[in-house]
Amino acid sequence: MAPTVVKIEDRGYVRPEVLVSTEWVAEHLEDPGVRIVESDEDPLLYASGHIPGAVEVDWTRDLNDQLRRDYLQKEGFDALMSRIGVTEDTVVVFYGDKNNWWAAYAAWVFHLFGHDNIRIMDGGRLKWQKEGRTLVRERPVYPPTNYDAPVRDDKRFRVFRDHVLAHVAEGKKLIDVRSPEEFNGTRLHMENYPNEGALRGGHIPGAASVPWAKAVNPEDGTFLPADELKSIYADGAGIHPDDDVIVYCRIGERSSHTWFVLRYLLGYGSVRNYDGSWTEWGNLVGAPIER
Amino acid sequence: MPAALREVLDDLALFPDRADRIEALIDIGSDYQNFSAEQVPRDERLRVPGCESEVFFLAIDRPGGGKEYRFAVDNPQGISAMALAAILQRASGSSREDIAAIPEDLVYRIFGNELSMGKSLGLNNMLRVLKLA
Repeated sequence: MAPTVVKIEDRGYVRPEVLVSTEWVAEHLEDPGVRIVESDEDPLLYASGHIPGAVEVDWTRDLNDQLRRDYLQKEGFDALMSRIGVTEDTVVVFYGDKNNWWAAYAAWVFHLFGHDNIRIMDGGRLKWQKEGRTLVRERPVYPPTNYDAPVRDDKRFRVFRDHVLAHVAEGKKLIDVRSPEEFNGTRLHMENYPNEGALRGGHIPGAASVPWAKAVNPEDGTFLPADELKSIYADGAGIHPDDDVIVYCRIGERSSHTWFVLRYLLGYGSVRNYDGSWTEWGNLVGAPIER
Repeated sequence: MPAALREVLDDLALFPDRADRIEALIDIGSDYQNFSAEQVPRDERLRVPGCESEVFFLAIDRPGGGKEYRFAVDNPQGISAMALAAILQRASGSSREDIAAIPEDLVYRIFGNELSMGKSLGLNNMLRVLKLA
């Protein structure tokens, strides 16, 4: 039996408008003010069938600098937005595979360029597919726009290792969203994932362990209601809305999902993503580690 | 390397454009037919490790020599796994020497190197279980 899904507006979120249902998306397929964006881990998924009118934003090719370990710069973001026909006023609706893991990652990168007029489709691609909704293979083409993004702002939602070191020294809050085994150092990598070369296992001192997928109903990929999320993050992990919080994982993708939950669904005022994450910290000479 | 796999690589080489190659792989994946539980038992011992697409693998000795390779892919979204299953199953009946000669980087030759680490592991493990069978 399909799980009962509480309506988004009845789940008690601080910013419920950032989450849209599959029904909402189906009703806005022709809306010129809305651009639907699929972002997946599996490179064949979008091409094999996507929501009508949806464009693809690939996390490796479109969002990352192809040489340095960094995200694209303003010029690249302007070109991307122009290519997918997005203006500064367009509502961008993300969805994707793996419970919107990569969709949240793309949404977080968009925020670095000030495009926070975003939504995430609750339940992601799997829910749309399970509901038997239409998928098409035609790639839409939209008239290019003249998007003029601000220079990327790495201060509001992103932190680097020196900031994390200071954050730790000040005893501020961190959330490690990796698996418990990665957190306690018995694994250097996610279960069933390759070892990415981290030389030390464990976690950043003081971090609370809250695996990212706890925020999601495993049955249908929808986000849990606010009271259950509060129980996980505030009651369970001691992370409260007025805390200055840093989230991290392995390379900053899983933690983007938690960043979205804390910032939008629970309304935490200061949440930043450390995308250097364990692939940097676990190799950083002299960095403090706990197990 | 088995001639059937060499042929796949040669065919894919005709598509230097990534989008065209993806379309070709989707076409290959769309030909894939999943196996029933009778044909490939969903036994944990047959599960391909690290593959989130719920893939099970069975190799059966063929009377005339070689093995028949069967990959069962249970995740309807596992389109990459289905494509690779369809490709690897073409190696059925190949000699041990040919199987051993399948290059370790076959997955990257097929899909390109822009796979996530998790996706790479799952697909590479499909190749590994076949080579170890």
